[in-house]
Amino acid sequence: MASVLRFRKLCYVESAVKCTSVGYESFEIDEKLDEKEEDVLSANHFALEINKKRKQPKRQPKEWRCLDSCCWIIGYLCTTWWLLLFCYHCLPVTLLRVPELPGPGVRLKREGLTALHPVVLVPGIVTGGLELWEGRPCADGLFRKRLWGGGSFTQIFKRPLCLLEHLSLHYETGLDPQGIRVRAVPGLVGADYFAPGYFVWAVLIENLAKIGYEGKNLHMAAYDWRLSFQNTEIRDHALTRLKSKIELMYISNGYKKVVAVPHSMGVIYFLHFLKWVETPPPMGGGGGPGWCAKHIKAVMNIGPAFLGVPKAVSNLFSAEGKDVSYIRAMAPGVFDSEILGLQTFERVMRMARTWDSIVSLLPKGGEVIWGNMDRSPEEGHVCDFSKKSHSKTSLTTNNINNSDVKRGFLVKDLANYGRIISFGKPASVLHSSKLPTADSKEFSRTSTSENFNNFSCGEAWTEYDEMSRQSIQNVAADKAYTTTTLLDLLRFVAPKMMRRAEAHFSHGIAENLDDPKYNHYKYWSNPLETKLSDAPDMEIYCMYGVGIPTERSYVYKLSPNSRCKSIPYQIDNSVHGEDGSCLKGGVYFADGDESVPVLSAGFMCAKGWRGRTRFNPSGIATYIREYRHKPPTSLMEGRGIESGSHVDIMGNFALIEDIMRVAAGATGDEIGGDQIHSDIIKMSERINLGL
Amino acid sequence: MSKPLSFYRSYFLSKTMSFLRRRNGTDSSKTRVADPNIKKDGAADDDKKKDEYKIPQRRNYGSKKWSCWDNCCWFIGLICSIWWFCLFLYNTMPDSIPQFVTMAITGPLPDPPGVKLRKEGLMANHPVVLVPGVVTGGLELWEGRHCAEGLLGKRLWGGSFGEFYKRPLCWLEHISLDNDTGFDPPGIRVRPVTGLVAADYFATGYFVWAVVIANLAHIGYEEKSLYMAAYDWRLSFQNTEIRDQSLTRIKSNIELLVATHGGKKVVVLPHSMGVQYFLHFMKWVETPAPRGGGGGPDWCAKHIKAIMNIGAPFLGSPKSIALHFSIEVRDIAALRAQAPGLLDKDVLGLQTFKHLMRMFRTWDATFSMIPKGGETIWGGLDWSPETETVNNSAKKGTDNSTRNTGGNGNICNTKGVNYGRLISFSKDWAETHSSKIERVDFKHVAKGDKLTNSSNCDIWLEYHEMGNRAIKAVADHKVYTAGSILDLLHYVAPKLMARGASHFSYGIADDLDDPKYDEYKYWSNPLETKLPNAPDMEIYSLYGVGLPTERGYIYKVAPPSDCSIPFQIDTSVDGDSEDSCLKGGVFSGDGDETVPIISAGFMCAKGWRGKTRFNPSGIRTYNREYKHAPPANLLEGRGTQSGSHVDLLGNFALIEDVLRVAAGATGEDIGGDRVYSDIFKWSERINIKL
Repeated sequence: MASVLRFRKLCYVESAVKCTSVGYESFEIDEKLDEKEEDVLSANHFALEINKKRKQPKRQPKEWRCLDSCCWIIGYLCTTWWLLLFCYHCLPVTLLRVPELPGPGVRLKREGLTALHPVVLVPGIVTGGLELWEGRPCADGLFRKRLWGGGSFTQIFKRPLCLLEHLSLHYETGLDPQGIRVRAVPGLVGADYFAPGYFVWAVLIENLAKIGYEGKNLHMAAYDWRLSFQNTEIRDHALTRLKSKIELMYISNGYKKVVAVPHSMGVIYFLHFLKWVETPPPMGGGGGPGWCAKHIKAVMNIGPAFLGVPKAVSNLFSAEGKDVSYIRAMAPGVFDSEILGLQTFERVMRMARTWDSIVSLLPKGGEVIWGNMDRSPEEGHVCDFSKKSHSKTSLTTNNINNSDVKRGFLVKDLANYGRIISFGKPASVLHSSKLPTADSKEFSRTSTSENFNNFSCGEAWTEYDEMSRQSIQNVAADKAYTTTTLLDLLRFVAPKMMRRAEAHFSHGIAENLDDPKYNHYKYWSNPLETKLSDAPDMEIYCMYGVGIPTERSYVYKLSPNSRCKSIPYQIDNSVHGEDGSCLKGGVYFADGDESVPVLSAGFMCAKGWRGRTRFNPSGIATYIREYRHKPPTSLMEGRGIESGSHVDIMGNFALIEDIMRVAAGATGDEIGGDQIHSDIIKMSERINLGL
Repeated sequence: MSKPLSFYRSYFLSKTMSFLRRRNGTDSSKTRVADPNIKKDGAADDDKKKDEYKIPQRRNYGSKKWSCWDNCCWFIGLICSIWWFCLFLYNTMPDSIPQFVTMAITGPLPDPPGVKLRKEGLMANHPVVLVPGVVTGGLELWEGRHCAEGLLGKRLWGGSFGEFYKRPLCWLEHISLDNDTGFDPPGIRVRPVTGLVAADYFATGYFVWAVVIANLAHIGYEEKSLYMAAYDWRLSFQNTEIRDQSLTRIKSNIELLVATHGGKKVVVLPHSMGVQYFLHFMKWVETPAPRGGGGGPDWCAKHIKAIMNIGAPFLGSPKSIALHFSIEVRDIAALRAQAPGLLDKDVLGLQTFKHLMRMFRTWDATFSMIPKGGETIWGGLDWSPETETVNNSAKKGTDNSTRNTGGNGNICNTKGVNYGRLISFSKDWAETHSSKIERVDFKHVAKGDKLTNSSNCDIWLEYHEMGNRAIKAVADHKVYTAGSILDLLHYVAPKLMARGASHFSYGIADDLDDPKYDEYKYWSNPLETKLPNAPDMEIYSLYGVGLPTERGYIYKVAPPSDCSIPFQIDTSVDGDSEDSCLKGGVFSGDGDETVPIISAGFMCAKGWRGKTRFNPSGIRTYNREYKHAPPANLLEGRGTQSGSHVDLLGNFALIEDVLRVAAGATGEDIGGDRVYSDIFKWSERINIKL
């Protein structure tokens, strides 16, 4: 009992002092316990006492317990983080810098190269930034902020529908909708980085700066890549501005001609520009017939999409590419329309279809270039997806056997690249005589007016909603399409879009280039329907990556769910070829740079323009520079200094060196003329085109 | 707060511990009752007790730690969590709510002028060219020394100042120009940022042109009809052409704008030093090719509709003198007075001032801001255009009455202030009548009698080459006017001024047809050039009034030390009365805080008004003044009625004027002159041949 009393007293004292911790108190208790360890009773009392004492503040500590530790942990983490951050900032800057690979700029500077010819960079599709100048209320506070590119994608997550609305163009006119003005970001910042850390032009700019380039002799020809090329002039005077800029650079840099470096779609944009600038006003820029010869030294096309890309087909047809369809196969539900009512695909498709520029990327030249039902220029292309594993595991003799076997496959399982869309695997393999012919008349026979049953069923309508079930089936029944019949197909499934876009682009081959109809601007961006300008001293380079499987044609199927709002066609990702076949996940692959097949990038330089042809009457020199893809060897290299992929090639040191040498005054022969790894010459020979 | 916390914490801990122990205790008591083998149990109990003894002790040790370090953690954690939570709430909040709250507090905000005028039906008409001033334009790095590795393409000036705050000396090295050539030092290339981003915001959140651009966009302007004539504002005007071809680029872009807008002429909006730059440009563009742009004699008439000069220092600004002389202005001097050690040289060995001065003196463009026109414009020893001549006592009564009735022109009591004395050494010399001042000529005093051990001073300044006697001689001259200040600067910094004098001139031309005035150094001085022959053009001078603006300084010789700047503003000097214009060693006049009215308004009020020899074709001029009103509350930010030099660009009345002219109105349409100050009266007092 005495101990209890003593304990109480102690408690009182403690509560009076209020400062010593209770931990100390419990220590006291333990001492007491030690003293009287035999006394069970007192121990019981003690326990009771403790219970009593615990009871009164019990409510509070219980709440504290969880919050407390959470706060403590967060605080602890924060403090540590700040501490580390502080240390990091205290360190000298040079210590932390990742030892950068010395780019070609440093080396060439040591060689004595200096800036000579002004350089114009022409960005491609998607990579250019877009900013808002006038918007709907939902885009409040985004004035002159990036809607696209440059790491503004947080906004896309915050208000996705608003962004989609602003990035879409008007479906009929192909220009901005009423009350919305979205414009290209001007200047080098327009396309140096697409997202933070994801360079586009930055590496090239950096290296050019090393040998003396700066704002006055380096220009980014930013344009709104959603618009058709002529519309960029009509709305933004983009072509006039480019012309004036080139003239200014020419004059202010001591009458040195300009080296143009277009990338991807920028290549055909620049082609359009070259034609536009020499055409008399009002349709053209009125620079006169000698303008190009006077102002341009070389056009160094990077990853040129001269003859279009098959990717654009699947994009327009079903808003998916290779990667998207993979994801869809992996997680069937994620993208599908019912979930959250998002209708991601439909919305994206609707947006993409308002962009005229995508139509400019549809394959050009029809069956002559891209192959017909049974043959294609890439015939006999060996796909080496599995080659590595074979060669590693087998002896050399086996290897030969293996490849022999593979050849055997290929004879049986030949990739009919010419059939750019086929419905079902059989349609892609069978000989054309066994297939129903794709007859464009058949489309027109099917009336599209029989189907308003489900016309009003979706907010995010696409033109598919206007098609009847019957015609959707008919399309699939036609089995296989080549690039020529593909255009008919698109005209059928999306008549309004094609009507709008075909006023700006043409995809054929000219029979007679002197036909006055080819003076119309819609032919200017098609290298097969325009003559190059009369500039015998100019040089044209085709620089592209090879060694990456590139989408070339697709196997489609009808979508399983036939609700009104969904896209009725899908890439059939369950279709795989046998080992060693080029068919994988419903997509036939060919050689290229992951986006543009070699055929599209190289043909014009390899054959269409080589020497004096009807497309190149003045005999402008052309050079092919191929860069074999090598994946980055280490993490330090980032996206690789020897990459051949469509965008990453802009960080390829060999390519940068070529550009810098030409910009510093070298000619194509001085940098080594052609540099070919692929079968482009053989392929070109197979193409039977009157030159 | 923290005490109860610690209490709870330790309590909480001990509770859990004793809870543990209690469990043990009850267990042991149970076993004791159940188990007959007491001895064994006792032994077991013994062990337990030992354990118990150990555990609390260890815990106790821990709980002591809890009390300080962990409480901090806990507290920080709490704050962080609350912060994140609030941030999360803020981000999920619809965007309209802050606006709504603002509306609720202040009542409906006035529509920005762009929205208002759009409702009136104004549409984009003439393309607009913006010419930024000194300091506000961004600069970026294109080639740098080793210390600036990895900062290529980053902003060196403007924006967030990049990563340069971490390496101030590196920054100074890159932003300075070569002392002899006035160009970049070898191995460094710093170039102006181009495009609208060059000067829309100076630093994050501090707008320069952004508000104007946003309002122009409301009535339909966009990137294709706006052009920011960015140039390197550190260089002398002609050097921007030599190095960057900036003038050629402006010419080409204006021509492009006119061509793409169906022949509509441009409206030019120069701000601050951009005003002089554009003056230089207009002269350059019509001068034949090798030295000029070769645009021909009617280029301006064909391409320019109006020039709307904002906060125009046509005749320079006294602020630049203090900057050149001792790298301080009113605010810095006041700061120095408050905390004498803070900015001073010896502390931390930073030598901030001298570093800055050295940097500043390499910038040729700053010479353009030295007051032009000498005593004729800025006043002599005993008179100045802003004040009545003191000895004319007969008129004094009427003056007072006009001042009282007019009342709005004066921001302080100008009685007895000699604005003409731009620098005086001590207050007495600032006030005494000139006949009583004995001035000692300083020019013939040889320098370098005591070669200060300038080798110790690692930062080179021309002051170090002066001797004590020279410094004393400068101080003995006592009073300097706008005319003699040039002599002073030539004396204290001969090399510097020699470089500056080859690019700028500060006089008044007697005969404008003298062929020497074809030289480019006269082109930016409105008193030594003729305006182009463009009778349809309009020139506006838009400036703020109602803010105290530095107009003259009282200097003292700084306490001697080897490496310091020998002169300082004497911040201890104040005027006699509460409303005196003399405060902290600085005489203030009316203006926009940087440019006095006389500099901003005189050319449009008198020098160019009508057909004068400076304006032979009779270009119409308009004075538009904007009276400063401080922002009504915090939500307005820097105010919609501000008259201060940079904030004026956010003044709604000014923006409205700009928009109307850009949409096609003439000066008469927007109301002609709009004057609050006595600029016309002051101009009359200036006796200049027109």
